[in-house]
Amino acid sequence: MNNKTLERWAPWALLVLSILIWEGLCRAFNVSEFVFPSPSRIAQQTIEFKDVIAGHAWRTFWVTMVGFGIAIVVGVLLGFIIGSSRLAYAAVYPLMTAFNALPKAAFVPILVVWFGIGIGPAILTAFLISFFPIMVNIATGLATLEPELEDVLRVLGAKRWDVLVKVGLPRSMPYFYGSLKVAITLAFVGTTVSEMTASNEGIGYLLISAGSAMQMGLAFSGLVVVGAMAMIMYELFSAIEKHTTGWAHRGSQGE
Amino acid sequence: MSQDAFVDFQNVWLAYNDELLAQNHFAVEDINLQVRQGEFIAIVGPSGCGKSTFMKLTTGLKMPSKGRILVDGQPVTGPLKISGMAFQASSLLPWRTTLDNVLLPLEIVEPYRSNFKQKKAEYVERARKLLNTVGLGGYEDKFPWQLSGGMQQRASICRALIHEPKMLLLDEPFGALDAFTREELWCILRDLWTEQKFNVILVTHDLRESVFLADTVYVMSKSPGRFVVKREIDLPRPRDLEITYTPEFTNIVHELRGHIGAMRKTGTAINQ
Repeated sequence: MNNKTLERWAPWALLVLSILIWEGLCRAFNVSEFVFPSPSRIAQQTIEFKDVIAGHAWRTFWVTMVGFGIAIVVGVLLGFIIGSSRLAYAAVYPLMTAFNALPKAAFVPILVVWFGIGIGPAILTAFLISFFPIMVNIATGLATLEPELEDVLRVLGAKRWDVLVKVGLPRSMPYFYGSLKVAITLAFVGTTVSEMTASNEGIGYLLISAGSAMQMGLAFSGLVVVGAMAMIMYELFSAIEKHTTGWAHRGSQGE
Repeated sequence: MSQDAFVDFQNVWLAYNDELLAQNHFAVEDINLQVRQGEFIAIVGPSGCGKSTFMKLTTGLKMPSKGRILVDGQPVTGPLKISGMAFQASSLLPWRTTLDNVLLPLEIVEPYRSNFKQKKAEYVERARKLLNTVGLGGYEDKFPWQLSGGMQQRASICRALIHEPKMLLLDEPFGALDAFTREELWCILRDLWTEQKFNVILVTHDLRESVFLADTVYVMSKSPGRFVVKREIDLPRPRDLEITYTPEFTNIVHELRGHIGAMRKTGTAINQ
């Protein structure tokens, strides 16, 4: 087995190993399933409740994707504005940083007052938590443009807009895709957190209701499902990134 | 005499901002320079002497604080579209192929810009031809990061020339290359210039390079940047690399070296 295949299988091997150790510990110390269920018990409950879980998972998935979609639109627009103007950058950035420091879970009760229980708060929490990295990355990509590159175009009489479209945007694409990978995982966090208090559906709701019914296996399978969804989306954006901005991930050749 | 000058600097001073202007702190001082149509000039000097500032003035990226600059009889009021520029870093766009990088100016400069889509085939042909003359035939569809440093710099020069500018501005374009590649590119630049007779302003700190390529070499002093020596290079053209080993060539290089050495000494004396 060469290094490359080893690298590819390493995460799977680690996963299997962790599950085996977990299972082993649960059996060896005879841990009660109401405290910490073993993987086999989680698997068993997942299969038992698969229709219920699938329904909640689907709800969480599409709510997250809607919130994430809004985050992309708003994040790119805001990032474009503050990245292309020094004044806007100076004005907006400190406020945005302060906003980002607020725990988004704290917004949920307010959103419930505004939009009621249901998809409204979940979509907005997913959006609020995930637009920031997108905005920052687009802005950084645009603001860190090499002056020589700009000069080459400005000498030709290029307008600001030309510079942005021909150089700024393509150059910030790797930053953009990088931020999507971070943002999608955050969006799942936002949706789940919101569903825990402000929804009657979704994985977040499932976690709370399973917990209060002492169905720990079910609660754990909820966690596993969210994790799996986030991981799949992460890998998807990772693949898109590699395909579209391969120039930014080149090997040792050249600069 | 300034009547037929293509580039005409008349008592040009530049301070980078108003604060520095108030303190009488200038990046370049009292620049007077007349360049004939089609003349190849080189500007040499110690690093940090305002060579790059001079380039920015010539292209209209910076406006002088005092004095005026005429190019082709017109006062410079903003970026000039008749010039092409290349830097020490090739600054090619890594997401574009070499060919698309070379085509970039045509997507921006009028009149090419308006008919870029209709005439694309013609322009692609032109770019291929140009790449061919600098020895990059067959590399059109490679990305810049797949090329060596010397090849990147060739492509960068092609990009500066594709829109057939009247003036080529080179800011230490060969500075980062090894000696052999550098001499190879000197010859390529010499041939392009001999064929098309555009104006060249070459900023460099390589004296041999300046003497080999230029008609006139200007020596600049360090902060404030001033032209202290103007040296016509009367070596016969066409010049071959062999000429760099002749006593005439070496004498000129020595002479220029002397000027710069003298300046450096006075410079340190002032600092102490």
